[in-house]
Amino acid sequence: MYAFDFERPKTLADAVKAMTDEDAVALSGGQTLIPSLKQRLAMPSKLVSLTGIDEIKGICVDDEGRVCIGAATIHADVAAQGHYPALAALASNVGDPAVRNRGTIGGSLANNDPSACYPAGALGSGAVIVTDKREIAADDYFTGMFETALEEGEIITEIKFPVPEKAAYMKFEQPASRFALAGVFVAKYADGVRVAVTGASNGGVFRWSEAEAALGSDFSAGAVEGLSLDGSDMIADVHGSGDYRAHIAKVMTKRAVEKAG
Amino acid sequence: MPKDGGIGDATKRREDVRFLSGTGKYTDDINVAGQAYVHFLRSDVAHGKITGLDTSAAEGMPGVLRIFTGKDFEGVGGIPCGWQVTDKHGEPMQEPAHPVLAQGKVRHVGDPIAAVVAETREQARDAAEAIEVDIEDLPAVMDMKAALEDGAPKVHDDLTSNLCYDWGFVEDNKAATDAAFESAAHVTTLELVNQRLVANPMEPRVAVGAYNRAGDDYTLYTTSQNPHVIRLLMGAFVLGIPEHKLTVIAPDVGGGFGSKIYHYAEEAFVTFAAKAMNRPVKWTSSRSEAFISDAQGRDHVTKIELALDADNNFTAIRTETYANMGAYLSTFAPCVPTYLHGTLMAGNYKTPNIYVNVKAVFTNTVPVDAYRGAGRPEATYQIERVIDKAARELKVDPIALRRQNFITEFPYATPVAVEYDTGDYVATMDKLEEIADVKGFPARRAESEKNGKLRGLGVNCYIEACGIAPSALVGALGARAGLYDAATVRVNATGSISVMVGAHSHGQGHETAFPQVVAEMLGIDPGMIDIVHGDTSKIPFGMGTYGSRSLAVCGSAMVRATEKIINKAKKIAAHLMEASEADIEFKDGQFSVAGTDKSVAWGDVTLAAYVPHNYPLEEIEPGLEETAFYDPANFTYPSGAYACEVEVDPETGKVTVERFAAADDFGNIINPMIVDGQVHGGIGQGIGQALLEQCVYDESGQLLTGSYMDYAMPRADDVPFYAVDHSCQTPCTHNPLGVKGCGEAGAIGSPPSVVNAVIDALQSGGHNVTHIDMPVSPSRVWQAMQG
Amino acid sequence: MPQVSMTVNGKPATGEIEGRTLLVEFLRESLHLTGTHVGCDTSQCGACVVHVDGKDVKACTIFAAECEGAEVKTIEGMAAPDGTLDKIQQAFQDHHGLQCGFCTPGMVMTAAALLRDNPNPSEAEIRSYLQGNICRCTGYHNIVKAIMAAAGQDTSKIAAE
Repeated sequence: MYAFDFERPKTLADAVKAMTDEDAVALSGGQTLIPSLKQRLAMPSKLVSLTGIDEIKGICVDDEGRVCIGAATIHADVAAQGHYPALAALASNVGDPAVRNRGTIGGSLANNDPSACYPAGALGSGAVIVTDKREIAADDYFTGMFETALEEGEIITEIKFPVPEKAAYMKFEQPASRFALAGVFVAKYADGVRVAVTGASNGGVFRWSEAEAALGSDFSAGAVEGLSLDGSDMIADVHGSGDYRAHIAKVMTKRAVEKAG
Repeated sequence: MPKDGGIGDATKRREDVRFLSGTGKYTDDINVAGQAYVHFLRSDVAHGKITGLDTSAAEGMPGVLRIFTGKDFEGVGGIPCGWQVTDKHGEPMQEPAHPVLAQGKVRHVGDPIAAVVAETREQARDAAEAIEVDIEDLPAVMDMKAALEDGAPKVHDDLTSNLCYDWGFVEDNKAATDAAFESAAHVTTLELVNQRLVANPMEPRVAVGAYNRAGDDYTLYTTSQNPHVIRLLMGAFVLGIPEHKLTVIAPDVGGGFGSKIYHYAEEAFVTFAAKAMNRPVKWTSSRSEAFISDAQGRDHVTKIELALDADNNFTAIRTETYANMGAYLSTFAPCVPTYLHGTLMAGNYKTPNIYVNVKAVFTNTVPVDAYRGAGRPEATYQIERVIDKAARELKVDPIALRRQNFITEFPYATPVAVEYDTGDYVATMDKLEEIADVKGFPARRAESEKNGKLRGLGVNCYIEACGIAPSALVGALGARAGLYDAATVRVNATGSISVMVGAHSHGQGHETAFPQVVAEMLGIDPGMIDIVHGDTSKIPFGMGTYGSRSLAVCGSAMVRATEKIINKAKKIAAHLMEASEADIEFKDGQFSVAGTDKSVAWGDVTLAAYVPHNYPLEEIEPGLEETAFYDPANFTYPSGAYACEVEVDPETGKVTVERFAAADDFGNIINPMIVDGQVHGGIGQGIGQALLEQCVYDESGQLLTGSYMDYAMPRADDVPFYAVDHSCQTPCTHNPLGVKGCGEAGAIGSPPSVVNAVIDALQSGGHNVTHIDMPVSPSRVWQAMQG
Repeated sequence: MPQVSMTVNGKPATGEIEGRTLLVEFLRESLHLTGTHVGCDTSQCGACVVHVDGKDVKACTIFAAECEGAEVKTIEGMAAPDGTLDKIQQAFQDHHGLQCGFCTPGMVMTAAALLRDNPNPSEAEIRSYLQGNICRCTGYHNIVKAIMAAAGQDTSKIAAE
């Protein structure tokens, strides 16, 4: 790792101030950032740890019935909550137990790894990403592989999830990293169905609109049988071709629908 | 019933206590006062000419002590290869130089260019980034067949081509083998890849070099399976340090699996630099660095043909294999595809004609050498896959086809130059069918099908040549060293014993199992016996631990030394009891005079040896310490039969191993618990190879699977419990313990049964799939199912 | 250089660190607690698992500075003060759940976390919980068996042995 200063503010305000330094980088659980620092893929002047800020931790339900999760809440705590079981199930299978005890939902969403699970959960739920500056709809938030709508120094503070009638996440794991080779979050709301696919696309997480339309009129695995994704847009690597990922995304969609019931 | 703590007892491992309490001492746990740290600047291109190397900016960086480049090593020997293969024309293999630091050219991603020694690790790394290196890219030689074409870029400019050797085995068999194919009733042909693997012991390599100017002597702490081999290779061939001035210590070592046999440049560097700087120097590999600097394994591309007569008897096997050497010849590399592979191509079967051709090829990749099994897994995989394919083509039961062709009489001289001393392949197959519950398979398949899954059963046999020695044989085959082993049994005055052994224990449990042997022979408590290993200053000599040789070779040396102890002790006892030596009987730690009630205890005799007040000094020396070197007459030949049951998810192609059974014949067993564990571990690695692991480079020579993010290591939820049995025992006839070795069996014996099971599952689902290369990953299975 | 203070295996520990000092480096290099190992640099192998404030975490993927005031427990803190192995350590020895010993500290610490939260896990739950701990020696058979035994389960019928 390159040398850097380390700050561990206790309040969001202090964190925001600390982030104004040039090349300051926010550190949440660090389960992705620390390995990349070890590889010297980043050269921050300062790391601003968000893990000591109690005001951006914890889980509650707001007046609109949304499940609101503090950005610095660890995966294990999201997995343990009962307000949104499909999201709990997703969180319970992120990484491994030790990673789930450090990694946070905000950190995952800020990083937007194209194979991470949370982006599918957030996009599939139509969540709202709350930052120190504003609220961003999930549909506007994910802008590409490792890219988001966050501005420099902007800190995610909370994620608000509207709870669907039914939902499920199915992940087909890449055998080495155990990240999603393709993972699909399906959520049925009163006003329609959302289907978010992670792991598969070169563009990062995306909504599969054809599947959403088909499931909107018939929420059954059979409804997506006739659909297909275009493999040429998909990630191709040693673990599978684009066509394979397109196929797996569809299989996972069907299984998520079945699991959602 | 075995005696408590004696041969055959499942004694719990004494070494576990330190490992479980965090007090093991691994090389990275060792820090020498005043040590500096080295970081290697490694090539990030696969092939290129170094046109500029400017270290001046880096030299001024904080903490930097000295920067070494290839220039500093111009007068120093290269990393030697320990084996010379003679090709089919009787010519020696092509053998390139292997510098400690690159000399003008880099030949694989990871090839070390410069070494920065600094006060801290991070300072060394910071400075390495400030070295300005200009490399003119050269086209990377990646595909083995393309590498042999005329006009292919050469990995080594001073060699005539990228061909290391073209080896025929046995060349005299070729005509008869070709003729047998001409007259065959059926020929099954299979082209397959035994993919490149990375050994991945969980402890990355570490080396700490220290130099003592007062005595002009060196100490190297290193993660090695064979410290004496390192002392010999590095001392004699690289740095010119005589043995008495060089101590090599391999303390607790966190697994090896072959990758820690070899002498590596980093070991030579820290030893060299320690003197050059008069300061200890430490190197700790990161896992990422291990992926581009540890010797890798396998990487064979093979075409195998099996000829059968009208009655389905095997009449001939013919193979053509391309074996990847990587960019340089690692210590044992040339012998893996030849003498550890060609000699095993008879398998468990009485095939009268066998001809093996191997072309060893240089490419711009990390060097390849032995990885658990080494050559024997490649042989087993080919044989057992082609037999399975033949059975399917001929519509006969694959187990029955194997049984029909089993070697049943021993000793058996194969057409590929080895003689199996013992074995009972029918018995291990019978045992396998029992423990795998082969009879119950149809019901389990029906159950899987109900759940929408395809279920397959695959079996295979294996034979291996272990106890890697004997010197005369390996010498004739090209080894530049002898492959015996040595042990010293030092009996102390009170009867306690230290046994100094040349074999190194890094998971094999020698510290527990070896005392069981000595305890059994002496009839004393094994707690009185300790094993000393891993330190060349304490141990007479030894060729180390690999090739499932520790017990068969070093254990035999220990037996011979203990026999000498008993002989001498009997003489002392005879004197103490004023009896004739011929009348002395030794049992359960007591010496007695036959036919009398006179006896003296073990401790009385050992005390007399060191307090020789009443002692036959004119006949024997005081003291009780004996050394034996043991060089066996033959390899040992463990064998077995393995079965795997898989479920395939037809929608995703994902393969799940549902059951795995292994019936092995290891000859006599010293500690069945440890043997079980060795087999379990081998199976885990074999399933890893079959389903998960692959080391992949892109066309430009960049490693695509350079971390656990892309190199799929088997995890606990990738494997089931294994049913293992070693009750079939045909003891080895030529070592005193009758043991055969068990360390590699699991890794050798398991991949074919997994792949055979997948093919069986797919065919049961109506998919006309006859072969899928390993790893049989979900995407490959799915692709194969698409037709 | 900044200082960090934490409690390690029940004893106060203070040391100078850099911002980039990882917990595992602090443990190994400053406190000489070398039982915690480093087997990879991508946070996957689990050889470095320790408990921080009662939770199993990878000591290679947490900065020492983040452990200010924390209770840290390492493999060295598992046995009784007289050296008697705890039930998980003892089960690993009894069932040959280790070979080279390098992954073992992480395995034991992970198993301890599992059994605290789930005292009677199924085989599948154990295997799943070990996702982040890689062992290259044992094929996991005896590790899973040892954890089952530590949970008080009958392991005599596992496969055919």
